[in-house]
This record gives sequence, C-alpha cells and structure tokens, in this order.
Amino acid sequence: MIEFHLDGGSGVAAYMQVVHQVKQALRLGMLRPGDRLPTVREVVAALAINPNTVLKAYRELEMEGLVAGRQGQGTFVLKSLAGPALAGHGELRAELVEWLQRAWTAGMDDESIAALMVTTLREQAIARTKQEEGAA
Amino acid sequence: MTTALATSDLGKRYRKTWALQDCSLAIPAGRIVALIGPNGAGKTTLLNLAVGLSRPTAGEVSVFGAAPGDDPATLSRIGFVAQDRPLYRGFTVADLLRFGAKLNPRWDDGLARTRLGRLNIPLEQKVGKLSGGQQAQVALVLVLAKRPELILLDEPVAALDPLARREFLQVLMDATVEAGMTVLLSSHLVGELERVCDYVVMLNAARVQFAGDLDAFAQGHRLLVGPRAEIEEIARVHHVVHATHTDRQTSLLVRLNGHAYDPRWDVRDPGFEEIVLAYMGRREHATETPQ
Repeated sequence: MIEFHLDGGSGVAAYMQVVHQVKQALRLGMLRPGDRLPTVREVVAALAINPNTVLKAYRELEMEGLVAGRQGQGTFVLKSLAGPALAGHGELRAELVEWLQRAWTAGMDDESIAALMVTTLREQAIARTKQEEGAA
Repeated sequence: MTTALATSDLGKRYRKTWALQDCSLAIPAGRIVALIGPNGAGKTTLLNLAVGLSRPTAGEVSVFGAAPGDDPATLSRIGFVAQDRPLYRGFTVADLLRFGAKLNPRWDDGLARTRLGRLNIPLEQKVGKLSGGQQAQVALVLVLAKRPELILLDEPVAALDPLARREFLQVLMDATVEAGMTVLLSSHLVGELERVCDYVVMLNAARVQFAGDLDAFAQGHRLLVGPRAEIEEIARVHHVVHATHTDRQTSLLVRLNGHAYDPRWDVRDPGFEEIVLAYMGRREHATETPQ
C-alpha cells in the first residue's frame, strides 16, 4: 500500500499529483500488479481532500490501462512500469555517470546539465512523433 | 442531475445597502462548494437565505426545489453551522446529543457516538471546557447526525489551528464519501478550499463574480504581462478580472474566452490563490461585470 502526499503550492492539479505518484510507485516497484490502491475513503480521510479528486485520478489511471476497479473490492494495479526499463537500468546508469563526468570536466554545472537533458528529451520526443507520423 | 441549491435574481437589502444582489446559482447535488469573497461580500447573507434564517428582498431561493423557510420537511434536509459555532457551553456533549435526538426526526445517534468516540471527545465533558478544535468537531458531528443532504458551513475553521483545521476537514470529507451530501463552505483559507472543493462561487461587492467547476476556475484564467497598453482590445475578447499598471508595464488577470492573444503579452498560469486575490481586488469596478 502506498500513501499520497499533496503539494498545495505546486500549481499542479491535485488529481494529477495523485496520478504522478501512482506512476512513480509503479516505476520504482513500490506498486506491483495485483496490489490494491488505497480506497477513495482512505485517501480522503488521510489528506482531507475532495473525494472527486481521487475518483478522477483513479479514472485517469484506468483509462491508461494501469489499474482496474473491481466492484466492491477496490482498485487494483494491472501492470507495472518498472519491467523492461529496470533490467537495463544498471548499464544505462553507468553510462550516464560516465557522461556526467565528461560534462563536469567540460565545465558544465548541474543546472545546465539538467536543462540540456530536458531540452534534448523534448526535441527527441518531437522528432520521434514526426517519424511515427511519417511511417503511418 | 438534481440541483441542491438554486437561486434566481436573489437579493437582500438591509436598509439602503444591498448585501446580495442579482444572485443566480444552480448548484448541482453532491458537490463541495467553496464560497469565497472578502468580508462583507455577501457570503453569510447567502447562507442565511439558503437556510431560511432571513427572507429575500428580491428573487427566490430553493433547496431541493422548495423554499427553505416554509417547510419543516425541507429544513430537516439542511444542516447549518453558523459562523460563531453557537453551542450551549454549560451543556455536556451527551446533553447536546439528547437535545439533537429530540429535535431532529432523522437523527442518527449511532453515527454521532461513533464519530465522537473516534475523535476521543468525552461525552460527559461540558462543552465550554472543550478546546476550540473539539467544539468545532462537536458542532460538525451534531450537524452530520441530522443526516442532512445539504450542509452549510460559515467559516467553520477560521478560529482553529492548522492541525485542528486539517482534522475538521478530514471528518467533513470522510462524511461526504459516506453520505454523498452537498456541502457549501465559506472560508478565507484558500489553500484548504482548493483541496476540499470541486465547485467555486466567488462573491464580491454583493454580486456573484464566478460560479462553476473548480477546474474551470483554476485553469480558465491567465496572467498576461506586457508593455503598458490600453486594455480595451483584450477586454473585447477575454474578461479582464483585474488590471494593474506601472509606468512601463501592464499586468492583467483574465478569464479566458478562446485562445487569441496578442504576441506582445507574456502568458502565465496563475495559481488558485492569485486568481482569488484578483477577484477580491476588483471591488472598485465590481458592478460593471459582464456576466
């Protein structure tokens, strides 16, 4: 079972924060297929938030095929986000550390590295969508 | 969908001053509504009219389709906690429960005792000896035991410390999951309102400035910052909630109507509190709101 935490000043809608936290737990293996998510009532009572916020978050996760509601029993995890990524994790991480060393040697600071990461990710995502559209 | 609270052109005048004017609302059942506005905006007036404690000067108000003041059956469906949370201080909690059971046909004594037990509030204690947080909880439990379908709370957490506030709202939210009630909650504590509510009614200068889904409120506004300019052009497309000017710069908080912006404007997403403050700040030209 996981617990949710809300950041009031973040500007991210409360239901999206719940969605992100479930996905993060799925990525890190804290939630696995078959696990039950906290009931709406449990989340509401713990965080003092609107029940519709929790329902909306769970609906979103259902639409993405990550969880499914079972009548009268709760909401259960269908699939993990950890699987294939986690297997290659160690090797990729080692390569990333090497690359980071090179970036530091080149005189980049942490903030510039993070900014480079984000912009490159975004560019590549756009390039990939274009490629997929071209192929279709 | 059922409408829990409906008002049409509702108005209340005290001597020469309108406390509430041209108020038309249709609040769907099952929602948790934030009633927001500066002091004197008409929040308490609206709540008093909704529970039948005062009579409209103009227009109409109905709760589940009936006027609240006339019909005891309608009154039994409404729960109300007034601003000063009036409880008989010399009574014990158990006295209040007996009182509640005598006066309310739908009284659920089991619910009251379970909830008080869960909160560790001793039944034999005199109300005046309880902490502020506990008194607020007792008032809430009494109203919940009435099994209302619409519950009206006027500044219920204003005097409480952050922990007592959180505990109060936990009980309220838990009860809404259990009973599916409609809640109308007035408060200045915007951070908390954003967590608990899914519908916003914004009042200022005796008029409704915004009424609708929290999502439409939180995502339907933008902050535009640009070189000092006349705002007429923007105001033709979007609804300008609040404008400030320096000698070089103009900042506008607008309610969106489509996507057309002049590229000279830098566009930002304002937070919930920023939007609320913008609505509160426009007292001076509040009456010229195009609805």
